[in-house]
Amino acid sequence: MDFLSDHSPEILPGNRSLPPLQGAVEAPHGTTIVAASFPGGVVLAGDRRATMGNMIAQRDIEKVFPADEYSAVGIAGTAGLAVEMVKLFQLELEHFEKVEGATLSLEGKANRLSTMIRSNLAMAMQGLAVVPLFAGYDVDREKGRIFSYDVTGGRSEERGYAATGSGSVFARGSMKKLYRDDLTEEQTLTLVVQALYDAADDDSATGGPDVARRIYPIVTVITDEGFRRLDDTESSEIARAILERRLEQPDGPRAALL
Amino acid sequence: MSTPFYVSPQQAMADRAEYARKGIARGRSLVVLQYADGIVFVGENPSRALHKFSEIYDRIGFAAAGKYNEYENLRIGGVRYADLRGYTYDRDDVTARGLANVYAQTLGTIFSSAAEKPYEVELVVAEVGAGPEGDQIYRLPHDGSIVDEHGSVAVGGNAEQISSFLDQRHRDGMSLAEALKLAVQALSREANGNEREIPAERLEVAVLDRTRPQQRKFKRIVGRQLTRLLDADGAGATPTDAPSDTEEPEGGSTPAAGTPPKDTGTPAKGTGAQADSTDEDPKE
Repeated sequence: MDFLSDHSPEILPGNRSLPPLQGAVEAPHGTTIVAASFPGGVVLAGDRRATMGNMIAQRDIEKVFPADEYSAVGIAGTAGLAVEMVKLFQLELEHFEKVEGATLSLEGKANRLSTMIRSNLAMAMQGLAVVPLFAGYDVDREKGRIFSYDVTGGRSEERGYAATGSGSVFARGSMKKLYRDDLTEEQTLTLVVQALYDAADDDSATGGPDVARRIYPIVTVITDEGFRRLDDTESSEIARAILERRLEQPDGPRAALL
Repeated sequence: MSTPFYVSPQQAMADRAEYARKGIARGRSLVVLQYADGIVFVGENPSRALHKFSEIYDRIGFAAAGKYNEYENLRIGGVRYADLRGYTYDRDDVTARGLANVYAQTLGTIFSSAAEKPYEVELVVAEVGAGPEGDQIYRLPHDGSIVDEHGSVAVGGNAEQISSFLDQRHRDGMSLAEALKLAVQALSREANGNEREIPAERLEVAVLDRTRPQQRKFKRIVGRQLTRLLDADGAGATPTDAPSDTEEPEGGSTPAAGTPPKDTGTPAKGTGAQADSTDEDPKE
């Protein structure tokens, strides 16, 4: 990125001048991303909807990407900018690894992403915000960690679970009632899909599992074995199991009252 | 007042080539071989941290003999070139040919510029294809020429002798263990024909493995995996029907022992270099 800003600054996302405009820009926005950690790793998942105002811009957008072998980033906000930011972030991690012969620490990666979001602040003020969720397996501490961001690049490490995007309020509420810190990997996978279902239930911009078109949430797991994205059959199984239960209990599992 | 002596351009270039060649010959040799599933890099390197081989991009690897600071510089330049290309266009648009061209330009400019000393490096840029026929190996000598190699290539100190040894024994479709054993055999032959043992911990081995599921095909082979491959019962690792070794010493008897075979095509060649170029004809 430093090299880019020296040599071709015009292709960096933050350095473009914007024409003055009235009102909000109409560009596709990505919506809900959720993450939850379990002993031995972390799960990051996202729904598949992109909206433009009250329209659904895309039904099968992908918003969760591997950043490198041991980390992944999920994006909410202006889709075009966010995807490019992820591309640049991936490039930077890979470039560092090749030049230095060692990978960045998880902390270092999180800080780098923070700087990139901050450089987008001018655009964010005009309504083109990008708010990612970063999750990774910390090889040194041997556990999964989650970092959330705000539009100004402020970074905070989350304990247990986190969500970002328009449906994040509902997803967080859902996970708050369901999360325990001794969940297995499979249970955590179900947990995040439950949270996405609840977000889609109450937020019009978040897409639920689309059985007719076979579009299911993107679910990824990062453990000491590295990044893995669940294939369509695996994520459809989880989504269908939840759907099946919700036919009987539309509001999902009930937590104990006391 | 002093008048500088006139030095003919031919002489100046020959001197520079001689200088660079001697510098390269001081370093240890390394070899790059094609095997069934990709390309393997093997070299003797006592250091665990200063690598001779490195990843440039998804399918492209880099190997260098000579002065560390000079080739490290070129390596980082190559990584930048590749990453910038891949980011601006697409990952598929980064090719070994493009990279080799950039290196050739850089080396050529430095070699013929009177202000700088020539780089004492010899590079290999290799790209693994979807199948063995898609593999590309380019050798870049110190003067900025490019040689398109097939099968096997050696650079560094004993390169000439090692490559003729490899040429006789290398065949297509070798397994990784076979190729690795052949490479170690080639590297352990000294200029005077003696053999010495190279322990596994002094070997640096890396592969571009086309069967790797990840996008990035470059992988270092270290520790247990390396010893396992070296110990693997590689029956047929050395085809015994290869021509006898008696032709070998000829390389050692020439005054320029350890000179990498040079390609023609640069006007700046001394007469010594032209004599070398005959050695290389069968390879091209």
